[in-house]
Amino acid sequence: QCVTTLEGHENEVKSVAWAPSGTLLATCSRDKSVWVWEVDEEEEYECVSVLNSHTQDVKHVVWHPNQELLASASYDDTVKLYHEEEDDWVCCATLEGHESTVWSVAFDRSGERLASCSDDKTVRIWRRYKPGNEEGVACSGTDPTWKCVCNLSGYHSRTIYDVAWCHLTGALATACGDDAIRVFEESASSDPQQPTFSLAAHNSPGWAVTLHCSASVLSTSVEAEPSRRKRPRVSFSRHMSLMARAVFPVSFLE
Amino acid sequence: DIIRTIRDPEKPNTLEELEVVTESCVEVQEIGEDEYLVIIRFTPTVPHCSLATLIGLCLRIKLQRCLPFRHKLEIYISEGTHSTEEDINKQINDKERVAAAMENPNLREIVEQCVMEPD
Repeated sequence: QCVTTLEGHENEVKSVAWAPSGTLLATCSRDKSVWVWEVDEEEEYECVSVLNSHTQDVKHVVWHPNQELLASASYDDTVKLYHEEEDDWVCCATLEGHESTVWSVAFDRSGERLASCSDDKTVRIWRRYKPGNEEGVACSGTDPTWKCVCNLSGYHSRTIYDVAWCHLTGALATACGDDAIRVFEESASSDPQQPTFSLAAHNSPGWAVTLHCSASVLSTSVEAEPSRRKRPRVSFSRHMSLMARAVFPVSFLE
Repeated sequence: DIIRTIRDPEKPNTLEELEVVTESCVEVQEIGEDEYLVIIRFTPTVPHCSLATLIGLCLRIKLQRCLPFRHKLEIYISEGTHSTEEDINKQINDKERVAAAMENPNLREIVEQCVMEPD
């Protein structure tokens, strides 16, 4: 049952996300803006901020796992981060590096790292460095700096539309325009300042990937293709439900 | 063959007649079992931004509808023919931008007129 309709965006709304507190909702749109809405106990919604930092369509918004920190991905090739500063929401960081549209972002369980995926066919991992950090990464004022510490390139042959970071196993899953789902795992010897990931699973004809886990479920969706002459619709047998395995290593079943 | 008869949005000629597309501007690569990557590089008649994106849109729509095999499609302005070619290439290959354009009734009408099969 629809309890309310939030109006305001001037163009298609592309993504919505609830903050962990449950009282904040973020939305983003092709109108280049990110909106933050607050909901009270009576389920009344109020727009508390309209953020116009991006210069092009905003594709995706996602909240930090335990802080009121918001991340957005845009056609302008950047990821932006926002938080509340003295009763006002501001853009506190801009992550530059991708060479084309950033389609999605995901935080890891700790919230110290963020993964972004792009039309440039790469996934980049960014790490937060707070002022006074041991590694000597420069920060301006009291805001932390986000630095790109890993660039996963050469694995995807087309635009990467989505990325998800399993909070249980630390596995990274990607959804790509080449019809494949890929799962990356961080190497055991991974250096926090220069993490390394390797491809753990990849669905292509002939492979069935299953990872078992109790709580974490990764599901993927397939874009329905227009019907073609002489060809059946892409069958949903390619749609996979991947569930991350908590205890056992990833295995491939042919 | 599918794209040669697409009409130019401004002039009463086909894209082939205006040399916007030629046989040599089409590249097809096999990328899987029965799946092909089709790359089109077209040369717009005038360096006018909106027309170039419109032509790109027409090419995409016509090919999406008419190609009889599974495919991935990339459409680009041929290098050096436009001042904002990177911007245009990015737009015409972004699936959300393309979908949004086709939801615009005015744009859609123009595209439908341009891709309509000749009688």
